[in-house]
Amino acid sequence: MIVTKAKYCKDRDGNNVSVNATIDGKDWSVPMVEDNTHYQAILQWVADGNTIQEAD
Amino acid sequence: MSTLEVNKITPVSGGTTVQVGESGDTINIPAGATIANAGTSTGFGDSLRPNAQNLIINSDMAVAQRGTSFSHPDTNNDAYPVDRFSFLTGSIGAYTSTQETLSSGAAYDAGFRKAARIDCTTAQASPAAGDYFLFQYKMEAQDCMLFKKGTSNAEKMTVAFWVKSNKTGTSQLTVKDGDNDRICAGTYAISSANTWEHKVINIAADTTGAFNNDNGAGFIFEWWLGGGSSYTSGTAPTAWEARTDADRGANNLSINDNTANDWAITGIQVEVGEYTSSTIPPFQHESFGDNLIRCYRYYEHTGSEGNTMVASGQTTGNTTMVCHLHYHPKRAAPSITLGTALTTNQHNGVAGNVTTKSTSNIRTTDCEFRITHDAGTANFAIAQGMSNVVINNTGQGLEINAEL
Repeated sequence: MIVTKAKYCKDRDGNNVSVNATIDGKDWSVPMVEDNTHYQAILQWVADGNTIQEAD
Repeated sequence: MSTLEVNKITPVSGGTTVQVGESGDTINIPAGATIANAGTSTGFGDSLRPNAQNLIINSDMAVAQRGTSFSHPDTNNDAYPVDRFSFLTGSIGAYTSTQETLSSGAAYDAGFRKAARIDCTTAQASPAAGDYFLFQYKMEAQDCMLFKKGTSNAEKMTVAFWVKSNKTGTSQLTVKDGDNDRICAGTYAISSANTWEHKVINIAADTTGAFNNDNGAGFIFEWWLGGGSSYTSGTAPTAWEARTDADRGANNLSINDNTANDWAITGIQVEVGEYTSSTIPPFQHESFGDNLIRCYRYYEHTGSEGNTMVASGQTTGNTTMVCHLHYHPKRAAPSITLGTALTTNQHNGVAGNVTTKSTSNIRTTDCEFRITHDAGTANFAIAQGMSNVVINNTGQGLEINAEL
């Protein structure tokens, strides 16, 4: 999986609850749970030196 | 024909075996007769899981929710031409993967109507060391417990499948342990080009490395189709070993080396125990509906029929909040993509002009959509209240993905 963009998404209470990410050219809302393979790819992408943008 | 009437046949003194007939003879059991076994029978092809579903989901390649044809550019890429199965192409040429419809051949005669297939469209005859090319399936670890891996009672595995390629030669199925990073493999030979052949591969038992009893990856099946030296310079391991990448694709057909090449597979069957082509139990065909429901645990695609209402909720101000229930509980909290065709229609039929879409509170069973609208949308501001979230054309929509 190739992650090219990632940005946090907040819930109504203002907490980061998911990541809006572009993975393999498609936009996904990715929950922040480690058994989600997209989130695993995002964590690897961050470990490779990339940064998830803060939510608006 | 003479008749021998006895109550018991025993070996001669000192012996332990009784033989009936000679090699090549046929021993007939008349219709209506019963063989009652109170001991241990071997070689009869009895399934250790009689009447059970195939351990492999979508093993007949019938379900293809994502679409039936995908282009693989010459980059790291994976695609699922049928549910649960993916082709992984890592900068080793370009390909088209498809759900193939069968109309003849031995696999067709065995009851299969669909296959997963890949065709080379841009060849790469000299792959770089790290290039890879394989067909993959992942089982959940908690579904692998019946193999008793990592215990002294570990079971052997048999993998059977129908395969076809324009290339003849020896290729490899590698089984990987996703928890303990171990591998074991078996090879198969394609004897006749462009001909469906049934292959049966035995995988050794592994007394090392128990699976976690969870929803992560357990057995990972890799049919290697090509690769660079990092994946192909070793030897197929017939006993379990710590992962050595060079062994994973040691035998492959180099489907990448010519645009005339193709490879297809269907009817994948995994059994507990060791079987041959003559003793393996019959393939357990499933109904399409049962198959689809099993696939939903990992992926669902809503909206392929067009104008599909996927959720209903409340509009306040310029924001619509709705709760979406997945068709089926997912393996894990899924990723969700909101298609470009997703819109809102209010109770008065006024369509909202969607400006942003987001998803939150994603759980295995449901999630929440938050959709905002352009304040200038005609009549929208006076139509507060109930809203329906609709996917308004075919081919796009809502994807919910919890694949391994």
